[in-house]
Amino acid sequence: MAVSLAFHIVFAVIGIAMPVLMVAADWRWQRTRDHVYFDLARQWARGTAIFFAVGAVSGTVLSFELGLLWPAFMRHAGAIIGLPFSLEGVAFFTEAIFLGIYLYGFDRVPEKLHLAAGAVVVVSGTASAVMVMSVNAWMNAPTGFRLERGAIVDIDPVAAMLNPAWGTMALHMVVGGFVAVGFGVAGIHAWMLRRHPGDRFHRAALTLALGMAAPAGIAQPISGDLLARHVVGHQPIKFAALEGQFATEAGAPVRLGGLPNPETRRTAAIVEIPKLLSLLAYHDPNATIRGLNEFPPDQWPPLVPVRIAWQLMVGLGTALAVVSVLALWCWWRPPGPPERPWLLRLLALCAPLGFIAIEAGWVVTEIGRQPWIIYGVMRTADAVTPMPRLTIPFLAFTTLYVVLSAVVAFLMRRMVLRAQVERDERG
Amino acid sequence: MRPDLAVSIAFVMAAALNVYVLLGGADFGGGIWDLLAGGSRKARQRSLIEHAIGPIWEANHVWLIFVVVILFTAFPAAFSSYMITLHVPLTIALIGIVLRGSSFAFRSYGAEEESAEEHRWGRVFAVTSTVTPFMLGVCVGALAAGRVHLVGGLPRFGFIGSWLVPFPLTVGGFTVALFAFLAAVYLTLETTDPELRDDFRRRALGAALLIGVLAAVAALLARSEAPRVWHLLVAVSYALPFQIATGAAAVGAIGALAARRFALARRLAVLQASCILWGWFASQYPYFLVPDLSVHTAAAPERTLRLVLLTTIAGGAIVVPSFYLLYRTFNKFREGNE
Repeated sequence: MAVSLAFHIVFAVIGIAMPVLMVAADWRWQRTRDHVYFDLARQWARGTAIFFAVGAVSGTVLSFELGLLWPAFMRHAGAIIGLPFSLEGVAFFTEAIFLGIYLYGFDRVPEKLHLAAGAVVVVSGTASAVMVMSVNAWMNAPTGFRLERGAIVDIDPVAAMLNPAWGTMALHMVVGGFVAVGFGVAGIHAWMLRRHPGDRFHRAALTLALGMAAPAGIAQPISGDLLARHVVGHQPIKFAALEGQFATEAGAPVRLGGLPNPETRRTAAIVEIPKLLSLLAYHDPNATIRGLNEFPPDQWPPLVPVRIAWQLMVGLGTALAVVSVLALWCWWRPPGPPERPWLLRLLALCAPLGFIAIEAGWVVTEIGRQPWIIYGVMRTADAVTPMPRLTIPFLAFTTLYVVLSAVVAFLMRRMVLRAQVERDERG
Repeated sequence: MRPDLAVSIAFVMAAALNVYVLLGGADFGGGIWDLLAGGSRKARQRSLIEHAIGPIWEANHVWLIFVVVILFTAFPAAFSSYMITLHVPLTIALIGIVLRGSSFAFRSYGAEEESAEEHRWGRVFAVTSTVTPFMLGVCVGALAAGRVHLVGGLPRFGFIGSWLVPFPLTVGGFTVALFAFLAAVYLTLETTDPELRDDFRRRALGAALLIGVLAAVAALLARSEAPRVWHLLVAVSYALPFQIATGAAAVGAIGALAARRFALARRLAVLQASCILWGWFASQYPYFLVPDLSVHTAAAPERTLRLVLLTTIAGGAIVVPSFYLLYRTFNKFREGNE
């Protein structure tokens, strides 16, 4: 399941954010009648088609795996949290239908309708991500039911869907998707621009991609701040694990670098910035942060991986925010990004960072929730299927996903290079 | 009597599954014919199949996801039991689904026309299009035979024995034949080329024959292995008109194919497949799992059920017209001979 999700999450965010770029290019084409944008819309649509197909089938696997791997979880959670899944189903349905119309309709459907179909894909794709995040948020902040002597009673699916973590988590995920895809696409075209300076196709592509990536890159730390402040209030153990905070402390520092040692109950930080953690978490430099020592160790998540992932995510998010500011600054003070070789090189290097940050963020939220599958209600170990030899399907799916990822990467690389050759031949 | 929520939702699920069989099933069938493409028009057959299912297969596939989601929301206990017992065949089916969808996209969007690479992905697509419906059919067979049964949280017939017996395997084969039949019938209306049309006409007739044989085998096996199905076949008073309808649709479809009335054949094939499916539902009703989980005992609390029903109605209001638009756009309502 973890492997399937880690795989699906990449394809899913591409399936959500790529249509934004595709529709933006299509819209520019209809406005300007500049053929560069038409080529771009087609090119991006081809890429989207592959990612969407793989994302859709890996999503199918997930809907089954919920039960194949966690039957006890679904037995209890299905009735509570199925509502956002059902709504997601409707949104995804709409997305698949209109993506079919969009991808295969370039020459069949009137232009305006075609663009509208693309817009529906964007809206429904984002909606489906927001709905799925409601489920994950609920696992962190379960609401909408009561426990009475171990039994779940008074189920209220609407309250479960509107759980307090939903808004911030969904925002953080969707914006993170725009950052990752925006920088990923910008990086590819920046790389091509280094090899073919001044190429109009790649200039247009870079401009559109950065137009999405840069604002999202700046917004992402803000949504991260909102989410972290939610976690400190609702999941203090998780927060303490992220920050390597063992002692309960007023005016707690931010620790940069360094891993927590569960034996000595200390985190050997490389740099400590006094009072900053309290300031960030509660907007008050002297606020008290609850440490891990307050909770029994059997309720701690695995400290080291969570801490590594957390630092990676925050570090990469900050780096991309800085690059976003640089890119905007270059537009404001020309020459713009396509004319600045150093920025192009930097962008090419940044291409994978957003995706790494998403995977790290996923580790933070999932591993950070352990040992619970439903925070404070059901332990992961109690939810797993009785089926023996689960390593076999695990290895099978892992191999499958590794192979598919390699194939997609290969196809994308070839698609970009070949499109270049075709354009060169046309002159 | 107040309309029964749980039964209404089970009905919606059954209808969605019916749509999935008619549309998604035919997409699988397309892959089966890709595997069995032959003769001098091999490449043209494959290209027709690819063009026919290209724009629609992803949307068709969502019907399955929809059924699963409704199942785990409205009937979580049944979902949980299915997933434990049928872990192995479902996992194989899922690997098939992933490989099939990916290879189709790789072939259509990644590979060069007529290249060895395109051919390779085509093979993957074709093989998985056959294996996946077989496994899904096996799951249905295991359910119909009452072999999905948990005792003390563990499958009574084991993780393998629950499905690896003759009746479910026959149903798996039957499913493959049925999907291939549907696809071949639809494909006769997807082309204006008389040679290709005739290729698929012959294939449809062959598949119809296989359906008949496998249905007879399954019926014989049902006597010992699937008593509820057997009971429905022979002993229930309301079964007879139903069986007559199924049989008439089947014979009618064959006749229409023989007479080259392709649009009529398509209607009758759709009717036949739907009758078979609803026959299974009838044999199952009111149980999700014979004998201990019925539509009512497996159901989620009423509040959840009401919201699910609302969601499906509101969702249907969006999805159904959109689907119509999709099918209109790609001329799927064509009645042939233009």
